[in-house]
Amino acid sequence: MAVAPEVRQSPSIAIERMPSPRPVREIRIPKTLVARVGLIAACALFLLPFYWMFNSALKNLEELSAFPPTLYPHVPAFDNFVRAVTYIPFGTFLLNSILLTGGVTIGAAISNPLIAYGFSRIKWPGRDVVFGIVLASIFLPFPVLIVALFDIFAKLHWIDTFLPIIVPAFFGNPFFIFLMRQFFLGLPNEISEQARIDGANEFQVFLHIILPLAKPAIAVVVIFAAVQAWGEFLAPLLFLQDEAKYPLSIGLQFYRQEHDVAYNLLMAASTLVVLPVVALFLAFQRFFIEGVTVGAVKG
Amino acid sequence: MIAAPRLRRFRLTQEDRRNLRTALPFIAPWIVGFLAFTVYPIIYSLYLSFTHYSGFGDATPAGFDNYTHMVKDPLFWQSLGNTLYYTALAVPIGVVVAIALAIMMNQNVREVAIYRAAFYLPSIIPLFALTFIFIVLLNPGFGFVDYVLELFHIPAVNWLGDAHWTKISIVLLAQLGAGGPALIFLAGLRAVPTELYEAATLEGAGPLRRFWKITFPLITPVILFDLIYGTILGIQIFTPAFVLTGGTSGGGAYTAGPENSLLFYVYYLYKNAFQYSDMGYASAMAWVLFVISVLLAVAIMRWSRAWVHYEVT
Repeated sequence: MAVAPEVRQSPSIAIERMPSPRPVREIRIPKTLVARVGLIAACALFLLPFYWMFNSALKNLEELSAFPPTLYPHVPAFDNFVRAVTYIPFGTFLLNSILLTGGVTIGAAISNPLIAYGFSRIKWPGRDVVFGIVLASIFLPFPVLIVALFDIFAKLHWIDTFLPIIVPAFFGNPFFIFLMRQFFLGLPNEISEQARIDGANEFQVFLHIILPLAKPAIAVVVIFAAVQAWGEFLAPLLFLQDEAKYPLSIGLQFYRQEHDVAYNLLMAASTLVVLPVVALFLAFQRFFIEGVTVGAVKG
Repeated sequence: MIAAPRLRRFRLTQEDRRNLRTALPFIAPWIVGFLAFTVYPIIYSLYLSFTHYSGFGDATPAGFDNYTHMVKDPLFWQSLGNTLYYTALAVPIGVVVAIALAIMMNQNVREVAIYRAAFYLPSIIPLFALTFIFIVLLNPGFGFVDYVLELFHIPAVNWLGDAHWTKISIVLLAQLGAGGPALIFLAGLRAVPTELYEAATLEGAGPLRRFWKITFPLITPVILFDLIYGTILGIQIFTPAFVLTGGTSGGGAYTAGPENSLLFYVYYLYKNAFQYSDMGYASAMAWVLFVISVLLAVAIMRWSRAWVHYEVT
């Protein structure tokens, strides 16, 4: 991918670089065969949920409850998707999910490069100690905070608004700070020096020199933030109690509130939730893989 | 110059000070956010843990009531036990699955990009959606899994209805997240110089011996990270249990899965805070969770000294 080279040059990411193919050995063939059988079996297991979700989404209730289950919908019920989005206020939930995801993603895109810049391109006393605190906070379980946060947000009258979920995103996320910092550390110092000599202040260096180079890393942050926000469950469950404010994660519970659970509609709705994530992944696979392997260096 | 001796005392040169001033606006958002959304809530919940508080009105002092109640509360112990049981199963299994996937992907298979994508994809799918899918997959009446078991004449399992199997079901669900760690392990394996393997092969070492003597030591730092991070994630397990047990629909009275077998620590904390309006008790539980997570991380770090190799290439 055209944008990748910058990322690959940073020393921390070099680890994921593939070595050139190993010399072909004669005993190689059976070994890869064994590996392939295992890999294909594992693939089947990892993709089974997608298959079964889609398969169930297209069945009518009668066929869905049959045993043995049918391996493909014999009477495809495409109208399940229409019924799924009318059975619950799907449009409202979808809009809320989009607003939440958009807000969190914008916050992440603005805050994390800025903060990471301060932890990488400027050398100030105590920097690495403070950055140690940033890293340590990755390991703090969020549920430790939920009772106090709820009370704080309640006193701010933020309950039933998107603020408790969106606002914190504007103050950085330790993992994204780490990710951006790794990238910034890989850029040569001279490019900043030259701009400083030309009279640019630090913020101008950040905005006009470093940020344009950081687009691939920002893309990784944006993609991860979006996927995370889209699937966020606990925070909306706590901070949004008005049904009109529910995102899809909470709203989908409604399929199960009646006596009969409309599993086929639930699966159709799940398909609609999963689809954008799959599309995003297929479009930006490279960024996902790179984002994951940056984390590897931390170990 | 009065400032000069002070500068010496703090060992800050003029350049240091200037850099500090330059950096501060950049990291200020993190400092503010960390204080407001992490440090303050932790301190505030410590205070709340020594009060009776319903979330409305004022908190009244309660001394150690919440903590003494915790010791005598059978549901607290059950939730802690459920959580540790789940974590102790899901995390080691997760490490083994991830390493196994990585080793298979490292065998010079040309179409490795396909496997990488297939293994990674489930880990970015929203957990609540995966849980819904599992409800259908594991249904004893029409689920795919019991259908396959029956094909092999294995007695069907009531995955989500039998207290012995509910946590196993969530351990299985958690394995769908193995793709991320597998990619990290794969990166680690690729960094192992092939000369090491060739030399070992020449000296007559078999594949198993090569794994334990070369591969394993080199990936121990990644294993350590995966263990700690997985454990921290494991003790906060909530969403699948909440979704499986029907969530909010039953009010506060329902049990969390058959025989409360899915009453995980955070689930019980959530119920206390938001269904029983016992914010004081929930805060005490939050603090105990904080202490447990620190202790577990420190314990794993200590233990890792016995097997992690840092002196790598």
